[in-house]
Amino acid sequence: MPTYTDMTRCDGCGDCVDICPSDIMHIDPVYRRSYNIEPNFCWECYSCVKACQQHAIDVRGYADFAPLGHKVRVLREPEKGSISWKIRYRDGRIKEFTFPIRTTPWGSIKAAQDYEKPDLSALGSPLLAHEPEDLHVGALPTIKKA
Amino acid sequence: MARRTRFVDSDILIVGGGFGGCGAAYESRYWGRDLKIVLVEKANVERSGAVAQGLSAINCYMGMQWGENQPEDFVKYARGDLMGLVREDLVYDIARHVDSTVHKFEEWGLPILKNANGRYMREGKWQIMIHGESYKPLAAEAARKSATEVYNRIMVTHLLMDQKRPNRIAGAVGFNVRNGDFYVFRAKAVIVGAGGGSHIYRPRAVGEGMGRTWYAPWSTASAYGLIIPTGATMTQMENKIVLTRFKDGYGPVGAWFLLLKAVATNAAGEFYEKDRYPEIKERVGHYVDIVPMPTCLRNHAMLEEIKAGKGPIYMHTQKVLDTREKEEIGWEDFLDMTIGQAVVWAAQNIDPKEKPSELITSEPYIMGSHATCSGAWASGPEDCAPAEYQWGYNRMTTVEGLFGAGDTIGGSAHKFSAGSFTEGRLAAKAAVRYVMDRKEESPEVDDDHVESLKQAVFKPLETYRVGRNEIVAGTVAPGYINPLQGLQRLEKIMDEYVGGVGMFYVTSENLLNRGLEHLAMLQEDFEKIGAEDLHQLQRAWELQHRILTGESVARHTLYRKETRWPGYYYRGDYPKLDDNEWHCFTGSEYDPRSREWKMSKLPVHRIVPGFELLRT
Repeated sequence: MPTYTDMTRCDGCGDCVDICPSDIMHIDPVYRRSYNIEPNFCWECYSCVKACQQHAIDVRGYADFAPLGHKVRVLREPEKGSISWKIRYRDGRIKEFTFPIRTTPWGSIKAAQDYEKPDLSALGSPLLAHEPEDLHVGALPTIKKA
Repeated sequence: MARRTRFVDSDILIVGGGFGGCGAAYESRYWGRDLKIVLVEKANVERSGAVAQGLSAINCYMGMQWGENQPEDFVKYARGDLMGLVREDLVYDIARHVDSTVHKFEEWGLPILKNANGRYMREGKWQIMIHGESYKPLAAEAARKSATEVYNRIMVTHLLMDQKRPNRIAGAVGFNVRNGDFYVFRAKAVIVGAGGGSHIYRPRAVGEGMGRTWYAPWSTASAYGLIIPTGATMTQMENKIVLTRFKDGYGPVGAWFLLLKAVATNAAGEFYEKDRYPEIKERVGHYVDIVPMPTCLRNHAMLEEIKAGKGPIYMHTQKVLDTREKEEIGWEDFLDMTIGQAVVWAAQNIDPKEKPSELITSEPYIMGSHATCSGAWASGPEDCAPAEYQWGYNRMTTVEGLFGAGDTIGGSAHKFSAGSFTEGRLAAKAAVRYVMDRKEESPEVDDDHVESLKQAVFKPLETYRVGRNEIVAGTVAPGYINPLQGLQRLEKIMDEYVGGVGMFYVTSENLLNRGLEHLAMLQEDFEKIGAEDLHQLQRAWELQHRILTGESVARHTLYRKETRWPGYYYRGDYPKLDDNEWHCFTGSEYDPRSREWKMSKLPVHRIVPGFELLRT
């Protein structure tokens, strides 16, 4: 459809509405639960599926080319830094995978303003923030003008 | 109906919160500690832009610290892949900085696969493997913390010019897609980091599956749709990209070809690429011998094979997945960035360990960040850009104070995610300097013009409200068309007249001229677009950006009288590559008042020696 919402699991919280890059997860005014208003603009990106705390959203592959009977389910656990997939084939075979997603605590990135203020005379140089150190080579390469 | 107007003033306005915009937010704060930096995004920066879903590789990393590649090598690769036509100064600039961006990503928490010797695991010469499901949330965290304010769910519809200086940027307008407030962003400098264009061309799947384009359906060509009306010089808009991908799910092929060493054959198991070498050489001469063979030529070989009825073309995944580790790499490649392909495998009972998978060429897309280089003509880095490529500030377009990054900037292909973030950083540092150099200068916007834009922006809602009273129900009305109907007309025109899949990517002067007549009427009909609600209003303005981009693509395709990139598109009336006349960039300037396009040839300068032209 590609995404669809399970009537009994959705609690209408709107997390999927908030995250959808395509603005196609909306709250139905009668049932007060989310649904995909525009399946033909769904990329099957799973942003809403991963964000749903009720696990109420699933994907049924595009009707144009995906025969029925499959499932690709996901559990994203930010606090553990991992994501797990369970794939069920049309013929019933199962495959499972888990991959890491992040090596540092969420929220730990140091903002640009948390670094020492740069000397503004360097505004005219080609060096970006944290260069040349972050290049891990001595100096920024340059090339003679043609 | 009275609508609220909200004014937001800033020093630097960043339009679009993808990788380019996130890099711009971070870097502009680093240098501009006291500046007000505003980031505007039509979705939610946490999951927006082309990397919303994640990625399984970073396709642009030199590895200078291990002596793997130097920036000059990357220039040679990018220009070879695009048959000689890249802005070498811009490509070089990305290449020399991109490693520091990638090292920052790793420090921030991006898991990068490593070999036993501690080096990043290479997918190919330029690519490294990542566990990239949360790649975008990482970039977004850095951007959110660094920007002064982030506005999500604001669709930017137009850029604003200074009322006294016609070629000076002054900000942007748009609307909140949740509550309908009108936003006026006034800024001293603007960095456009908006997306390139999917759904300019009719996709292969036209039902529910039209959403599974290779490139995100929310990449609505706003990079070009916003900039073209400012009159900025655009370049290489004819340089559309066509991708060889797993059929229907559009799963990536890079890891399969480069890392897992899978091969592709026709249905009979023949290696068609080498069999077609003589014919390709006839078309493009020694360009066929560039290593690696340019992407467009590999597409071309496959297309000819398909036309000859020798398909399906198969990727032989079953021959390479001999360990659990390789199987995991193969699956993660899709689950990180193209989950829809995993859905296709599950739905069609394809276990890649057992069966090969079909490959196909996609519909065309318009981009400046991937392997092609459509976009705005921009000033290059001061220390290495030739004089004709340098007019003040790095990554500034030909409009004063208007900068770009990612898909926005033309001539500079093969940036991908890390390169787009890097280009955002480059543009931001230059924009900070631009603002600091003009401390006293504050652009002024014309209030009457802003009011007229406000009327125009919300007009589709009014058109619908009035027009729907003529009909009982449904989507057929005499007075308006809805955004999807307009989009499907655009896709049909582009497909049939400007070289889409329905024409095997072939077009010609006569086809293009007829296509432009259709596009002109579509542009007129845009005045009668009806939007039922704010969501459709967003779709309406996305359509406007796509229509303008489509026309630009048609104009540039018409102007370049050669077939430079067989496999991306063909001029049936000029089937050969012609270095005598067309070893140049195409340029255009659009005048929104007269609706006229001024076309020009822009010069190619080499900063890395060693490229041989085709002499005929």
